[in-house]
Amino acid sequence: MRALRYGISDTLVLAKRSLLRIPRQPDLLVGFTIQPVLFVLLFVYVFGGAIKTPGFDYVDFLMPGIIVQSIVFGGFVTALGLSDDLKKGLIDRFRSLPMTRSALLTGRTLGDVVTNIFQLVVMFTVGLLIGFNFSSSVGEVVAGILLLLLIGYAFSWVFAFIGLSSSSPEASNAYGFTILFPVTFVSSAFVPVATMPSWLQPIAEHNPFTTMVDAARALFLGIPAGNSIWLASVWTIAIIAVFAPLSAWRYRRVVTR
Amino acid sequence: MQANPAVETTRLHKNYGDVQALRGVDLRVETGSIFGLLGPNGAGKTTAVRILTTLLLPDEGSARVTGFDVVRDAAKVREQIGLAGQYAAVDENLTGFENLEMVGRLYHLGRGRSRARARELLSSFDLSDAADRLVRTYSGGMRRRLDLAAALVARPPVLFLDEPTTGLDIRSRIELWDAIEALVSEGTTVLLTTQYLDEADRLADRVAVIDQGLVIAEGTPEELKTQVGGERLEIRLCDGQRGEEAVAALGSIASDRPFLEDGWVRVPVAERRGTIADAVRRLDDAGIAIDDISVSTPTLDDVFLNLTGHAAEPETAEAEVQSR
Repeated sequence: MRALRYGISDTLVLAKRSLLRIPRQPDLLVGFTIQPVLFVLLFVYVFGGAIKTPGFDYVDFLMPGIIVQSIVFGGFVTALGLSDDLKKGLIDRFRSLPMTRSALLTGRTLGDVVTNIFQLVVMFTVGLLIGFNFSSSVGEVVAGILLLLLIGYAFSWVFAFIGLSSSSPEASNAYGFTILFPVTFVSSAFVPVATMPSWLQPIAEHNPFTTMVDAARALFLGIPAGNSIWLASVWTIAIIAVFAPLSAWRYRRVVTR
Repeated sequence: MQANPAVETTRLHKNYGDVQALRGVDLRVETGSIFGLLGPNGAGKTTAVRILTTLLLPDEGSARVTGFDVVRDAAKVREQIGLAGQYAAVDENLTGFENLEMVGRLYHLGRGRSRARARELLSSFDLSDAADRLVRTYSGGMRRRLDLAAALVARPPVLFLDEPTTGLDIRSRIELWDAIEALVSEGTTVLLTTQYLDEADRLADRVAVIDQGLVIAEGTPEELKTQVGGERLEIRLCDGQRGEEAVAALGSIASDRPFLEDGWVRVPVAERRGTIADAVRRLDDAGIAIDDISVSTPTLDDVFLNLTGHAAEPETAEAEVQSR
C-alpha cells in the first residue's frame, strides 16, 4: 500500500518536472505544435487539390490522419528528456534516491499525456478553422479522442525506449525521425491507400498507422469502421505491453558514461 | 563505532569487458569521518562509488553501507546515502528551489517539509538569491553547490562525493571544502574521491590511494605524506662543489636528512612558511651563493612515483586508444 502511494506520488512529481520543462524550452513547443499545424496547412492548401479522396473533402480526410501522426510524435519529448537525463548524469541522481525506480518513466509518459491533450486542442482548433467537420455522434468523438490519447501514450513508451537507447538527444532525434517518419507516410494518413502502387498497397494496409488512422476517421467522420477500431486498440495495447517492459529493462541496465 | 563502519567493502571486483576497473578493493570508513579515495583518472574511484551508491552491481565481493548490503538491501542503502558528483546532476530547466523540492519529494519528505528543507539548504549554500532562477543560468560553482545541497536534502548519514571540486576555480573549491567540513562537524560520514593530493590532505581523516583498480596505500594524510617525503626545499647553488657545506648550514631547518641530487640540494621541511627566507639567510651567512630556490609540494604524481614507480597519468589507457 505504501509502495503504491509512493509510486503514484513519485510519478506525479516527475510528470510535473517533465511538464515544467516545456515552457522553458520554447523550441520543444514549436516542435510539437507549430510543425503539425504547418503540415496541415501545407497538405490542405498545397497538395490537397491534387489528392483525390472520393466521398470526402480532403480536409476531412486529412485531419484524423495528421492528428494521429502528430500525437505519435508528441512522445518525442520523452525521448529527448530521457537521453538528456542520461547525458547529464541526472539518471544517476534519480537511481540513487529511495524513489520508485520506474517513476522516472511513468512520470515522463504521464507528462506526455498532458502535452498530447494540449496538442489535440491546437490541432482540432486549426482543423475547425479551415473547414474540418465532425460528422459523428458526441460519444464517437469522445471515444476517438480517448483512442488518440491511448495511441499517444503507447508511443511515449516507444520513445522512452529510443531515448534510453541512444547516446544523445541528437541521436534519439535521428532514430525517431528516420525510422518512424516514413512509416507514418506509408499509410492511409495522407492519401487513400488505393492510389499507391500495387506492391506498396499491402504494406500500407497492414501498417498499424493505417489501422489507427482508419479507426480515428471512423470515429470522427461517422463512416463504417469495419474492424479498425478494435484492431487499433489491440495494436496500441500491444505496443504498451512490449515497450513499457522493454524501457524498464533498458532503464535498469543503463550505465551512464 | 569500531564494530559498525559506515562503509565497508570486501574484495570488490568489477570488469567492463576486458578492462578490470576494480581488482579486489577493501575499504573501511568509520562513522563520522571523511575518507578520501585518491587516484588518477581511470583508477577505479568512480566505479567504487557507483557500486556503493547502488548504481552498479559488483562482479565479485561485497559492500555494505551503514550495515546494509548494496546488492541485497539496495533500497535500504538508498535511504541512507546522498550522492554528488563531478557532473553536477541537477535539472537545468528547473530553478534551484524546484530542484531541491523535487529531490525532497522523491525522498518522500512530503510537500511542506521538502519546501522548508529546500529553502534552508539554499540559504546555507548561499543560493537564496538565485533560488528562483533556472539552473542553466548558474555558474559552475553554483551548480556544484546546488548538487551538493541536493545530496543533503534528506540529511543522509553517509555522503558520497565523486570528485566534488574537479574543474572548479580555486575560490569555488575552497567554498565547497568549507561546506563539506561543516557537514562532517554535524556527524555525516563522507567518502570523497579526488585526483588532488591537497584536497585529500585538507579534508580527509584517512586516505586510500587507488591505482589500476587496487588500493596501493592507506593511512592518514600525514602518514602518506611522510611516505612520499612531504614538502621540500630545493636549492641550486652557483657553485655545485659546495653542496656538503650547504647541507651543513641548513641541517637545523630540515625535518629529515637533506640530500644532494643532480646538483640540487634537497631539504625536507615541516613548515613551508618562512622557509625560503630562513634558508637564504643561512646560506648567505655561510657565504654560499644561490642560483635558484623553491619549495615543492608533493603532488599526486609524487605519491604515485613513490608508491608505484610510475606516473599518475593513465598511460596504458592512452596507448590503447592510440593503437585502435
